[in-house]
Amino acid sequence: MSERTIRGKVAAVGIGESTYYRHGQSPDAEFVLALQAIMRAAEDAGIDAKEIDGFASYSNDRSDPSRLSAALGIPDLKFANMQFGGGGGGVAAAVANGAAAVACGYADCVVVFRALAQGQFRRFGQGAPDPTVSGDAAYLAPYGVMSPAQKYGMRATRFMHEYGVKNDVLRAIAMASYQHAQSNPRAVMHGRPLDAETYDNSRWIVEPINRLFDCCQENDGAAAMILVSAERAKDLRQKPAYLLGAAQGSDHRCGAGVLNATNFASSSFATVAPRLYETAGVKPGDIDVLQSYENFTTGVMMAVVEHGFCEPEEANEFFTLDNLSAPTGRVPLNTSGGNLAECYMHGLGLQLEAVRQIRGESCNQVPNVKLAMNIAGPMVTPVSSLIMGSEETL
Amino acid sequence: MSESYLPAGMPAPVPAGDGLDVAYWEGTRRGELMVQRCGGCGTWQWGPEWMCHNCNSFDVGWHQVEGKGLIYSWERPWHPVHPALKERGRYTAVLVELPQAGNIRMVGNLLGPDDQDVVIGAAVDAVFEPHDDAETPYTLVQWNLSGGT
Repeated sequence: MSERTIRGKVAAVGIGESTYYRHGQSPDAEFVLALQAIMRAAEDAGIDAKEIDGFASYSNDRSDPSRLSAALGIPDLKFANMQFGGGGGGVAAAVANGAAAVACGYADCVVVFRALAQGQFRRFGQGAPDPTVSGDAAYLAPYGVMSPAQKYGMRATRFMHEYGVKNDVLRAIAMASYQHAQSNPRAVMHGRPLDAETYDNSRWIVEPINRLFDCCQENDGAAAMILVSAERAKDLRQKPAYLLGAAQGSDHRCGAGVLNATNFASSSFATVAPRLYETAGVKPGDIDVLQSYENFTTGVMMAVVEHGFCEPEEANEFFTLDNLSAPTGRVPLNTSGGNLAECYMHGLGLQLEAVRQIRGESCNQVPNVKLAMNIAGPMVTPVSSLIMGSEETL
Repeated sequence: MSESYLPAGMPAPVPAGDGLDVAYWEGTRRGELMVQRCGGCGTWQWGPEWMCHNCNSFDVGWHQVEGKGLIYSWERPWHPVHPALKERGRYTAVLVELPQAGNIRMVGNLLGPDDQDVVIGAAVDAVFEPHDDAETPYTLVQWNLSGGT
């Protein structure tokens, strides 16, 4: 059974991103943004981009691997992978899928990428413009339940009701991201700090769980991460970030229609998180730094709880700005500013940040990081999460 | 146009193209709440699907249920994400569970004042809201606090 694990077999050796923009502000086409991020990741790794022989993405990324491969002049495309469904819930799974291809020899150098220009295509935060709806949307949209904030709000309201979680928890999560963004020059919200009063006075997007600052941005940009085998990684110039474990999926009938998931008051990680820890061979208390995808701060709260960092009844005490702040907090969270304040790069920016933390190169570096966890988009299905480690954790 | 909770111009529901949920939408036009119950094992099921999730039978029949439920969760969108909602202001959506039908859940609007307190666990009654003037006429299922508001 020891062979049936990804642990230590693959490493992230190159990361890159385009300039991050507010939605509609990118001067470059979405496909160009993808190429920019991939080229920068290759440069960071110290390899020729033509060495890339595999692509992995998620959420129906529009930058097709065959077109990318043709544009880059790649001589032998070996792997073109797309994670089904779940939007940003698939980001860690895309890394995991790319790593699996490297581990079993389908490809030697896989780039995980995401390019998203919401200004050039449909914005995620708006309802679909269609005059009629069918399928699941027919039971939601006519009642004004259309956007992600509205579709997932019911889960969060129920969770907070069941466990008595206060909105202060959500404010701490939002403020941690904004605080970290102030020392990150890549961040769209760099130079735009958030204080408690501004948060408290911000308008409701969806009462009683999402104020304006609880919701992710809508951005234009691209990010990329290059994966190679552990053996190859040793010969490259960057300190490798090894994949120790990854898990994806969701529990019983998570995708049942009309909000009928069996385990409703959940971020969908109830069965995924235990599998992640089992495959990585570590415990929550071992994690040095945590990146947890913010579609909404409610999703972060539930996902962090379901990954075992605290019990749901302890959430009000655990989620404080001090506990979540780098470098000295109990669990430094979203140290780049994340989807809230760095860029909504559909979570891939958070994956890049975990690599920086393991290298020791973050703008909000946590001392001596050995284990970095990444939780992908919560409350959707399928979800995914992963753990990376430095060489000494192997 | 009939009186409706949300303004005209909201997306109009139509039955799925593969015929899965025609029975539901035809039922609401008659003022009947139709949901799925397995002919093999009796398991209640919602949303609609072609197979029973418990026994994997394809014999998923439709049964009328009483329009009574309990508020399981709720939310009140303030930020409009659709052109028809621009002038509406906040509105309340509820997730209602039906204890008499295996605790299946449905989404609708909670009728009444837009700023009313919403209590999880409160009893609600279904109210049929016809949209007779739509290109394909349809009827939504809304909810009122039991005892009226």
